Amino acid sequence: MTRREFLRALALAGFAVVTPADILKAAAKAPGPKWAMTIDLSACSDGCTDCISACHTIHNVPDIPDPKRKIRWIWTSSFHDLFPDAPDYRSGGPVLALCNHCEEPPCVPVCPVKATFRRKDGIVMMDYHRCIGCRYCVAACPYGARSFNWQDPRPFIGKIDPGYPTRTKGVVEKCNFCEERLAKGLMPACVEACKKGLAFGDLSDERSQVRRLLSSRHAIRRKAYLGTKPKVFYLV
Amino acid sequence: MRPAVIIIVIALLILALPFVYGRISRGTAPVLAPPPGGEKECVEPVEYMRKHHVDVLKEWRDARVRDGATTYISSTGKSYTIGFTSTCLGCHSNKADFCDRCHNYLRVEPGCFDCHVVPGKGGRQ
Repeated sequence: MTRREFLRALALAGFAVVTPADILKAAAKAPGPKWAMTIDLSACSDGCTDCISACHTIHNVPDIPDPKRKIRWIWTSSFHDLFPDAPDYRSGGPVLALCNHCEEPPCVPVCPVKATFRRKDGIVMMDYHRCIGCRYCVAACPYGARSFNWQDPRPFIGKIDPGYPTRTKGVVEKCNFCEERLAKGLMPACVEACKKGLAFGDLSDERSQVRRLLSSRHAIRRKAYLGTKPKVFYLV
Repeated sequence: MRPAVIIIVIALLILALPFVYGRISRGTAPVLAPPPGGEKECVEPVEYMRKHHVDVLKEWRDARVRDGATTYISSTGKSYTIGFTSTCLGCHSNKADFCDRCHNYLRVEPGCFDCHVVPGKGGRQ
């Protein structure tokens, strides 16, 4: 091979090289479920905590009275607090909030130990074994979905469910879309507990309940202008 | 006897002290209680588990949490549900007579039970 031929072959080979970006794109298109949730804004009623207690019971979320140390995976707030930019689609009444399992989660790149990561099915997952408690993710999350354990949570858990670990002092925690239940083919605990307003399913499946609801109803997402692409949709 | 020889002998005796102390203070090795349910077989051969259970636990942890895997295929081809609480502690429910006995003897303090809960016991052990 002459020098000229070698250089030509090298240039041609350059086109064939697969870049890491290509691999990432292929992974994004990989088959498999893309989990999403819909919340019917009109379904939530005052005083009902069925979804919250179902979630917090099975995940051993402590009930800490001090608001500065409170731990929450799923909670209610006013519409204006959750949607500061949206017209008032729901005046009065509680609105449910939880981790949005964003497609572009701001909490993931800031984690210095990769304790927070995004799974292929879109679940933004936490590896509590790795968390060092730096709380960068708490600062990065624009939805307030993350809580930090300032103290040992165990004394504040009513009845510890051995089916799921507790957390320990010094780690951050948040909703995991009931990953452990999905692995068993079950619906998330909040969806199962709520008889009215919650639906959960696969966004990539046209026949799924969430897809049908999203094609028939107007839906909004929290702080969509940030570009985080939340996977929790609020049906107006 | 020359002074140099005496010094060398004393030095050797001092160097041997930690080994002598270790031999005396070792005590008797702990005897671990078998699973109360009477299971004879672990996910891998007992000899391997005795030495490498930490590695197996780490492999399970990463497979379950990071890759979302739910099933472990053992070297003998049997499949097990990956779960520290459900599978491991499902058989070894006698933490105090099994895990703790050896860990206390060796003075190691694994943090597993800071979060994981022994079924039926609730709360910190």
